Amino acid sequence: MKIVIINYGAGNIQSIKFAIQRLGYEAILSDDPEVIKAADKVIFPGVGEASSAMSKLKESGLDTLVPELKQPVLGICLGMQLMCNHTEEGDTKGLGIFDVNVVRFNHGVKVPQIGWNQIESLNSVLFNEVEEKEYIYLVHSYYAPVTKDTVGQTQYGVTYTTALQKDNFYGTQFHPEKSSVTGQKILKNFLEL
Amino acid sequence: MLTKRIIPCLDIKNGRTVKGVNFVDLRDAGDPVELAQIYSETGADELVFLDISATEERRRTLADLVLRVAEKVNIPFTVGGGISSIEDVDILLQNGADKVSINSSAVKNPQLINDLSGKFGSQCITVAIDAKQIDGEWIVHLVGGKVPTELNLFDWAKEVEERGAGEILFTSMDNDGTKDGFANKALARLSTELNIPIIASGGAGNIEHFVDTFKEGKADAALAASVFHFKEIEIKKLKQELQSNDIPVRL
Repeated sequence: MKIVIINYGAGNIQSIKFAIQRLGYEAILSDDPEVIKAADKVIFPGVGEASSAMSKLKESGLDTLVPELKQPVLGICLGMQLMCNHTEEGDTKGLGIFDVNVVRFNHGVKVPQIGWNQIESLNSVLFNEVEEKEYIYLVHSYYAPVTKDTVGQTQYGVTYTTALQKDNFYGTQFHPEKSSVTGQKILKNFLEL
Repeated sequence: MLTKRIIPCLDIKNGRTVKGVNFVDLRDAGDPVELAQIYSETGADELVFLDISATEERRRTLADLVLRVAEKVNIPFTVGGGISSIEDVDILLQNGADKVSINSSAVKNPQLINDLSGKFGSQCITVAIDAKQIDGEWIVHLVGGKVPTELNLFDWAKEVEERGAGEILFTSMDNDGTKDGFANKALARLSTELNIPIIASGGAGNIEHFVDTFKEGKADAALAASVFHFKEIEIKKLKQELQSNDIPVRL
C-alpha cells in the first residue's frame, strides 16, 4: 500500500510518519502531484496558522489537487480546517470540501484548548472498535461547528465537530498520531479502508 | 469534557534524565526515551523534556533526542531549554515535538514570542516562567531561579499571553523541590487573570497536592518530576484519586 503524507511545510509530519510506522506501514512525504495522485491513502496534515499554511499549499499548487483526489484522504487538525469552506483564522478561504465555516472558540473557555477531551456521537468507519467518549488529544483555537458531515463531536463550551466525513474525504480535529491507543485505532481504520 | 493533564517532566543533560532538588544536586534517573515510553503507557497525558546541558553540541543532541522520542511515543510532548530562535524551534517541531517551551530567551527578547507564535501558531508555544517571592512580591527569575529580573510574575504572564503564547508553565522556585505542594494562590490568580492554559510546577510531594492545585490553584495541568521518576506517586493511582475528587481526568 502506498501512503503519502502531503509535505507542504506546515505540519508535524514526522510524528504522523512514525505513528504509521508503529502500525506496520510505511509512509512517504511528498509535494509531487503525481506521487500524491498515485497513492492509495493520502494524509493532509497541518499545524500552525491557517492563512500561511494555505499560502504554502497554493505555492505548491496543491490547493486544486486535494479536492480532486479520489482515494481516501485524511485531513488532520489544521488540515481538516483547511478542507472546510472558510476559517476565521486569518480570514482564510478553504478548499471547500466540507460545507462548514471554522470559527474561534468564544464561550468562556480558555483558548487554545490544549489536552485530552472525549469524542462522541461516532458515525464513521474511522471509529470501528472505538467506544463513545474515548479520549483524543486536541490543540486548537478554532473549531468547525456541527454540520451534516460531522461524524464525531466534542464539548468545549460548545458542542462542535472533531471528525468529518464526506465521500472519500475524512477529517479529524484531534491528532490521531498523538492520541495514544485510541488514536492508533483510528489511524489504522483509515489506513485499512 | 476537557481533562486535567498530568505531565512528568524529564530534565535532560547530555542525553540523560536528571532531576535536581531546587535545581542543584542532580541525580541520574535513566534513559529519556525508555522513561518516556513507560510514562506514555502508564497514563501520563503529556511529557516535558527540559534540556539543561550547556555543551556546544546541545542543539544537535536535543534534536536527535526529539526524533527518537517521536518515533516511540504516542502522546504529545514539549521540549524546552536554551531555545532562542526560529531555527531552533523549526528543527524541534520538524523532528516531532508538539510544543516548545521558552524561558530566558523570552525575557531577554519578548518579541521572540510574537515571532514564534506568528510563524508556528500559538498552540505550540509554551512560555515557562520561574518566579519566587521577594518581600511578598512574585518576581520572575532566570537561570534556574538564580537571577532575579525586574519583572512581576503577573505582569509578565499577561504580556506573554498578549504576545501570543499558547500556554504558561509556571514554576514556583519557593515550592520547587520542597514536596510541600504547589503555589496555589499565585496559580489561581494566573488562571483567573489569563485566558490561556496554566501548567502548575514546583512542589509536588503527594497526591493531595495535585488535588489542591486543580481545585484551589485552578491549574489546567500539573507537572512534576521526582515523585514520578522515583515512583513515589503512580500516575494511574493519582488519576483515580483525582477522579474520586470530581476532577476530570483521562483514565
